[in-house]
Amino acid sequence: MIKSIKNFGKYCLFLVQVFKRPDKWRVFFKSLIFEIDKLGVDSIPLVLIISLFIGAVICIQMTINIVSPLIPSYSTGLATREILLLEFSSTMMCLILAGKVGSNIASEIGTMRVTEQIDAMDIMGVNSANYIVLPKIIGFVLFVPVLCVLSMFFGLIGGWFIAEFTTMISVENYNYGLQSFFNEWYVWYGIIKTVVFAFIITSVAAFCGYYVKGGALEVGKASTNAVVSSSILILLADVILTKLLLQ
Amino acid sequence: MIEAKNVSKWFDGQRILYDINATFETGKTNLIIGQSGSGKTVFMKCLIGLLTPEEGEILYDGRKIRNMNNEERRQLRTEIGMLFQGSALFDNETVLGNVMFPLTMFSSLSKEEQLERAHFCIKRVGLENADKKYPSEISGGMQKRVAIARAIALNPKYLFCDEPNSGLDPKTSILIDELLSDITHEYGMTTVINTHDMNSVLGIGEKIIFINKGHCDWIGNDKNIFRAKSQSLNDFVFASKLFQEVKLVLEREVESEK
Repeated sequence: MIKSIKNFGKYCLFLVQVFKRPDKWRVFFKSLIFEIDKLGVDSIPLVLIISLFIGAVICIQMTINIVSPLIPSYSTGLATREILLLEFSSTMMCLILAGKVGSNIASEIGTMRVTEQIDAMDIMGVNSANYIVLPKIIGFVLFVPVLCVLSMFFGLIGGWFIAEFTTMISVENYNYGLQSFFNEWYVWYGIIKTVVFAFIITSVAAFCGYYVKGGALEVGKASTNAVVSSSILILLADVILTKLLLQ
Repeated sequence: MIEAKNVSKWFDGQRILYDINATFETGKTNLIIGQSGSGKTVFMKCLIGLLTPEEGEILYDGRKIRNMNNEERRQLRTEIGMLFQGSALFDNETVLGNVMFPLTMFSSLSKEEQLERAHFCIKRVGLENADKKYPSEISGGMQKRVAIARAIALNPKYLFCDEPNSGLDPKTSILIDELLSDITHEYGMTTVINTHDMNSVLGIGEKIIFINKGHCDWIGNDKNIFRAKSQSLNDFVFASKLFQEVKLVLEREVESEK
């Protein structure tokens, strides 16, 4: 318990270091573009593939499991849309991205630490936490809404493929379900959640990598810790945000 | 000039450094020598300010590190160049990018002037044909030279080198030593080198500080190291077979003089 409180304090102090004014804005913006490309744009294929398949699977599950004369046939499309908008494209997608982006950040920064690259920056007088971590946090937080919207869209397309290419549900019913009882706030709710989750993923992973001590083995452990910690925090934040934003 | 006054350091209740007093002179290559685990790296980290000693003071030309505020510390860091044991080059930057890094972050030079300075430093360490290569594409000796070029890019007043010859063959080690000695005299820097390489000690040891089990046991230079009375220093210096042979020759010389 005391260790956790100490770590939380250390994490807060780390964030204070990170959120200082960059030494050179030109260098910061150059790094920002690089990180948006590396962390955000490079994640698009993964997001598209997973969303497409999960959208299709949700559609199949809904069709198979919601079988009742009392439930209208368009419910499949409606349920697929609600699941994607409310949970999958924000929470589940960010849990998956915690694995890709979180481990990438923790191992990159951890390697920089054990090979003394961070010490080299500190000795030169560069605020290493700010220089390395801030572009990653800002870059991913800025780009993650795009990933969220793409995930929503391609998830719905995945469901549509099932309607189009199987006989489980008609396209008309699926499309009607998608358009029924639509609440625009759910899209914003998903986007707000992903922004918070993106902050958790990048800052926790950077924290785990930044304070690595030792060698390659510890870098691996830091990478694992980053994924586990950020996943737990994402789920915790999900409960809090759902309570705050939907009630 | 850098002064260390009664520097002591503890880790988890265990004392690592015991009241070390030493002066590192301007325009000279000052060597810190000692066995592995003797505390010389901890001492060097205290000198640079990466670690804070629990007792004692570090002074840079009379300026106490302990009394400096953040801005003054930042300013001091721009006056320091550092060569790390593993070179610590940035993997995602080319040789030119690495040398340009401190210039981009701290100099007020124009882009063209920064490039000119970076190329000058790269040329100074003899790597003019490797500026577009990445650290992973060059040898260990070349990486050290890039690290030296990066360290001198801002014309530092103080240069620190942590075991600059580790992992290098004897010939390349001598080249690195000569380069460090040359740039120290050329730019009038205060150079502090942490090493346990006896070739460096004899080649460039203008001032030598011997650390043993956290104590400063001996201070001298390459001319009088073989005549030192310190038993721990003699055990360190004459540890290798080669230097045991040297010791026998010296003893014979002393006897013949008698």
